[in-house]
Amino acid sequence: MKQCLLCENNTEMETWLLFFGAKSSSLCPNCLGKLEKITGPLCRICSRPMKEEGICSDCHSWGESIYAGNRSLYLYNSAMQSLLARFKYRGDYALAAVFADDVRREAKEAECDVICAVPLSPSRLLERRFNQSEALIESAGLTHTRLIGRYESDKQAKKSRAERLSAEQTFYPLGQAEGKSVLVIDDIYTTGTTVRRVAEALKEAGACTVKSVTIARSGS
Amino acid sequence: MTKVSFLTGRELIDEEMIYVPDEHTSTRPAIYLDNGRLRCNRCNNTKNFSSHRCARCGKVCTYCRNCIEMGKISSCTTLYRWNGPAPKHPDHAGTLHWTGTLSEGQRAASVNVKQAIIHSSEHLVWAVTGAGKTEVLFQGIAAALSDGKRVCIAAPRSDVVRELAPRLAAAFPDTPPIALYGGSPDRSSYSPLVVTTTHQLYRFYQAFDVMIVDEVDAFPYTFDPSLQFAVQKARKESSSLIYLTATPNTEWQSEVKSGKRDATLIPARYHRHPLPVPATRWCGNWKKTILPVSVQLWVKEKLNEGSRLLLFYPHIETMDKALPLFKEIDPRIESVHAADPLRKEKVELMRRGKIPALLSTTILERGVTFQGIDVAVIGAEDAVFAESALVQIAGRAGRSAECPTGEVVFFHYGKTEAMRKAIRQINEMNKLGVERGLIDE
Repeated sequence: MKQCLLCENNTEMETWLLFFGAKSSSLCPNCLGKLEKITGPLCRICSRPMKEEGICSDCHSWGESIYAGNRSLYLYNSAMQSLLARFKYRGDYALAAVFADDVRREAKEAECDVICAVPLSPSRLLERRFNQSEALIESAGLTHTRLIGRYESDKQAKKSRAERLSAEQTFYPLGQAEGKSVLVIDDIYTTGTTVRRVAEALKEAGACTVKSVTIARSGS
Repeated sequence: MTKVSFLTGRELIDEEMIYVPDEHTSTRPAIYLDNGRLRCNRCNNTKNFSSHRCARCGKVCTYCRNCIEMGKISSCTTLYRWNGPAPKHPDHAGTLHWTGTLSEGQRAASVNVKQAIIHSSEHLVWAVTGAGKTEVLFQGIAAALSDGKRVCIAAPRSDVVRELAPRLAAAFPDTPPIALYGGSPDRSSYSPLVVTTTHQLYRFYQAFDVMIVDEVDAFPYTFDPSLQFAVQKARKESSSLIYLTATPNTEWQSEVKSGKRDATLIPARYHRHPLPVPATRWCGNWKKTILPVSVQLWVKEKLNEGSRLLLFYPHIETMDKALPLFKEIDPRIESVHAADPLRKEKVELMRRGKIPALLSTTILERGVTFQGIDVAVIGAEDAVFAESALVQIAGRAGRSAECPTGEVVFFHYGKTEAMRKAIRQINEMNKLGVERGLIDE
C-alpha cells in the first residue's frame, strides 16, 4: 500500500481504475483534490487566468524577445503554497514526484531541443542542499543541461513586485546552445522576471527560442 | 541570550548551532544505520526517508521526512549537545505564590504527584473535566524547583501552552517559565521551568528531571510514536514522569482499575457539582436533513430560554451546509474549524457571550471554557467521536461555579459503543464522587 507524500494516508485507488490505465498518484485523493488545475481562458503567453483568451497587459508591456511563453499547471492556492514551501524551503525533495507526470507531459508537448534548470546562486544551493528546478526535471526522468549560472543576489521571494521587475541580471551564459530551442522548468511563475532574465542569458548562450513550464501560477 | 542558556539541555542541528563547539560539546550523526536499518536520532523514524544528491556533501544523501518541519536532517547533518554546567536556579525558585485552596480530590492528587517527583517515579492523574488539574501540579513543581530540578510541562497544542504559561508565571514569579512552540519568542532562552508543545521536545536531550505530559490521550501524542520518543529523549535517565488526562484510553483505564498503574483519580469537579450526564436522542439521517427537526426544536427551545449553545459537527463539510440553516434561527450563530482564520476571534466572541450558538468541529472538544452553556453533538455516532472525545465534549457544560449545570445531548443516527462507554464513564465518576464525599447532593 502506497502512502500519501503529504498526509500519510493511503493513496487508495479503485482497482478498476488501475485496470483502465489510471496511474496511482503520490498523493491521496483528499490532498490531490486541494490542488486546482488552471483551466478556462488564459493569457497565450504566460498562462495567467483571464476573462477571455488573449495576451495580458503584463506580457504586452514586456515586448518582443526570444521568450515564447510559459505554461503553468496549477493555481498558487494555499494548498499549493504549503506544498511548495515544504518542497523548496523545508527541502522535501520527495515531493517533486507529485508533478513528475505533469512535467513529463508538458516537456513532451513543448518540443524543445534541450531542458535547462533555473540555477541557484552557490550560497543558496548550499543552504537548500538541492535545486528545486533540477529536482522537478530529474523526478520526471528527464535530463537537464547546464547552460547558465547565477551570481549571488538577494532572495527573489522577498522582493516586492516593483523590485522584481527592475531586478538586475543575475544569470550568465555557461554552455553552448547555438540555434537551440530551450525549455526552462521551475516551480512558480510570479511576475515572469526570473524566467525572462533566464531567457536573456540563454540568448547570450546562443538559444533561438525559450519556453517555460512552471508548476504554479501566482500573482493576480 | 548567553551561550549557556541557549545550549543547556538542547540537542541541535548544524543550522541551529550558532556557537563554535568547545570542550563541553559532543556530537553524533543525525541519521545512522541501526542493524542495517536507517534511524533518525532526533525523532526515531525508521520508515519515512528519501534521498537526493546533496549540494553540501556532494553525495547522495538520505533525509528524514518525519521531522522535516523542525528543520531538515540529512545523513550529513550533525547533532550537537553541550554538557557544560547548567545555569543556576534563581533564588527562591521553588517558592509558591499561589494562594488558592485545593479541593479534597485535588489534595490527594497533589500529594501523590509531589511524592512521584521526589522519588523520580511515574504517576497518572486522572481528573475529570473541570477538576482543576493544573493546580494539582503546583506543590510538586515547587518541591522540584527547590531541589534544583528542571521541570517540563508538555502539552499537545500551542494554544494550551500559551494558556498554561501565564498561570505558572503567576504561581512561580521567581522562576518565570519559558513557553515553547513553533515561532515562540522564547525559543532560545533558558528557564528551570519549561512549558512546551510536545513537538519542541525533539530539540532536547536528557534535559529534564520532571516531565509532565498534559492531555496524554490527545492527538497527536497518542497516535505518533515519534512524539512519545521525543518525550523520553528529553527526560533525564533518572526523572519523574507525570501524566495528566481527563480521558485515559481503555488500556490505561483498566490498568488503573486493576492497580497496575500508579494513579490518582479525581472523580469530581472543583465546584462539587456532578458532571452533566449526556442524553441520547435519535435524529434520523442528519447528513440528508442537514438540520434535523429534533435538533432544530431543541436549539430554538434552548435559545428561547436564554441559553447559549456549543454544537459539535463531525466534519467541516456537514457543518458548512448546516450553518445557513442555523443562521435562519439566529443570524449571529457562527461556526469554527481548525483552519478557520477567524478561529481565535470567534472563540473570544463566544467567551464574551456575543454569540448565541457556536458550531464547531472537534477542535473545541477540550481546553475551552464557556460559561453557562448547553452542549449538543449532531451525528454523535460518527467515528471521529470516540469515547474520549464525547467525554471531553460533555465536559464543556457546567464548568463554572456560577453555572454548574448544563444540558448535554448526543443527537445520533444509531447509538455507538463509544456513546455508551462515554455515558457509563461519566456516571461512574459521579457515583465515585458521591461515594468519596466530593460531590454535594
